[in-house]
Amino acid sequence: MTATAGIERIVGRGCVLRGDNIDTDRIIPARFLRCVTFDGLGEHAFEDDRAQAKGDHPFDDERFAGASILIVGHNFGSGSSREHAPQALMRWGFRAFVGGSFAEIFAGNCTALGLPCLTLEEDDLAALMDAVVLSPEHEISIDLEARSVSSRAGVARAGIPDGVQRQLLGGSWNATAVLLEAGDAIEATAARLPYVNGYPR
Amino acid sequence: MSAAGRNLLQKVWDAHTVRELPGGQTQLFIGLHLIHEVTSPQAFAMLREMGLGVRFPSLTFATVDHIIPTTSQRRPLADPLAEEMLVALERSCAESGIPLFDPASGRQGIVHVIGPELGLTQPGMTIACGDSHTATHGAFGAVAFGIGTSQVRDVLATQCLALARPKVRRLDVGGKLSPGVYAKDVILAIIRKLGVKGGVGFAYEYAGAAIDAMTIEERLTVCNMSIEGGARCGYVNPDDTTFDYLRGREHAPEGEAFERARQSWRGIASDPDAAYDDEVEIDGSSLAPSVTWGIHPGQSVAVDECLPVRRDAPLDERAALDEAFAFMGLEPGKPVAGVPIDVAFIGSCTNGRISDLREAARVAKTGRVAPNVRALVVPGSQSVAREARAEGLDEIFRAAGFEWREAGCSMCLAMNPDKLVGREVCASSSNRNFKGRQGSPTGRTLLMSPAMVAAAALAGKVVDVREHL
Ligand code: SF4
Repeated sequence: MTATAGIERIVGRGCVLRGDNIDTDRIIPARFLRCVTFDGLGEHAFEDDRAQAKGDHPFDDERFAGASILIVGHNFGSGSSREHAPQALMRWGFRAFVGGSFAEIFAGNCTALGLPCLTLEEDDLAALMDAVVLSPEHEISIDLEARSVSSRAGVARAGIPDGVQRQLLGGSWNATAVLLEAGDAIEATAARLPYVNGYPR
Repeated sequence: MSAAGRNLLQKVWDAHTVRELPGGQTQLFIGLHLIHEVTSPQAFAMLREMGLGVRFPSLTFATVDHIIPTTSQRRPLADPLAEEMLVALERSCAESGIPLFDPASGRQGIVHVIGPELGLTQPGMTIACGDSHTATHGAFGAVAFGIGTSQVRDVLATQCLALARPKVRRLDVGGKLSPGVYAKDVILAIIRKLGVKGGVGFAYEYAGAAIDAMTIEERLTVCNMSIEGGARCGYVNPDDTTFDYLRGREHAPEGEAFERARQSWRGIASDPDAAYDDEVEIDGSSLAPSVTWGIHPGQSVAVDECLPVRRDAPLDERAALDEAFAFMGLEPGKPVAGVPIDVAFIGSCTNGRISDLREAARVAKTGRVAPNVRALVVPGSQSVAREARAEGLDEIFRAAGFEWREAGCSMCLAMNPDKLVGREVCASSSNRNFKGRQGSPTGRTLLMSPAMVAAAALAGKVVDVREHL
């Protein structure tokens, strides 16, 4: 298994997407799940929201074009477990997410793709959103080691679980490789479980 | 040393721990892996790319549910994209030796309906599926997680997941439910009370007199919507109801093995003195039939209540309230009863089982679907459909003006041709009322119990099902 280089820092412009509880059905509507690869999902990110906003959606706002850090509210990515959601956002161009909070399965899917999800305190998040809306051209910097997000609004302390931080820094977010290292301990665990063995005497 | 006993989650977790991983995660062995056509093809592709095979095909089972049409399941499927997905699944299963419950097998259905009915789902298991409603299987006292595609790859390759152990919140639902109040109303009330992200980081243990009195099918409905409350898994401790359900099922142990299994199942239930990270009490006897009015499952009211008004809402919820009202086109402060509907959908992994259809049929028998309403009944599995036909439920529905369809996910998420059109309002027995969920970007969903959906179908508007009983 080839080792992937870790992620220490992500620098890029931000895109502000306000609102809480933005679910994965909105990020990528179900009809685009009729596919056997993730290719081509990027252009359909938020397709229905964007159509309804008639151009007045952050993803269609030229000032945010080319942004690589998506700034969101609370419980972002709730709902369906579809990895198509972070896949679509990644293919749109995002490399990291900063927000109030993230739904668990969404955050797990992001980690598996090497996309950090960082949480900020309420005031810091509001200040970051305002700073990016005011000057979308300025670069934000995420320091994973130091757990911080720097922008014109200042340096904010960011949250990310220890295990996830370690995986991203160490380049070990492809869990398959890590899990395989357990070797025979996997079969040994299976051998201990009564139901795997037909509830033996 | 604390003398506290262990809860079910702790016991199952410990039994399945392969090793602790650096950074606080556990490498957890997965005893049952369920796959379907939407989230697995990419995982098999990743596996091939890594040069790996399926490690435990005997613990893996597949079905097709999301994309299957409900008018005719005949091959090739009318939608070429759907057909392509099914072919990809067939090929992956054949190559890896994974049993596939396809339409020809007579066992096809929504993955969370067939796992239980085939006896695949058993107490004390760890279960994973690339679908967020996998918590459904917790009704048997299993620890069941919804996972993404990369994690499906992990399970295929290693039969393991890297997971952080959740905290456990015990939800004690006391008292007795009144007539016309169903399992769906219990879980909607829980989500309304604790919020759609209240369960993040927790496993929910559903307990108390109202849960103890429930059938397995009712418990499945409750556990199904754990994710709507933010909890990645939810479970009920196994008891005689669980064991009686399992006896004689196709994949359940038989004879003496069943007795030995029962011993082991009893042992994994939470100890009476088990400790919890949090406990919440809910009075089941005070609950009424619920209806969601907004754009997430936490936005619900009792059918005899009025919609919320802005000034009563906490400051931080007002923007969400405005957004929901704007999308739904409903007026704050007005009663929810009387809201007109265009479509009625009975089905899904929340409420597409035989007991759900029986309750809905009881109501359907009392009238005819209102002239402007399109009403669909979609059984959760082929087996549910067979049972319903044997009881004559299909005839009752048809006579009342409902369409009787083949098994699948259908209008729960509209990946097949069953979709809302334009701004239609749908009374739905499914689990999500997100914007665009039922196939039209501007379509609107009101979640409720299947009996309430049937009542709404007859009246053409939201009504209190208790008037029909
Ligand atoms: S019925 Fe709905 S929620 Fe359940 S598995 Fe199918 S699409 Fe998902």
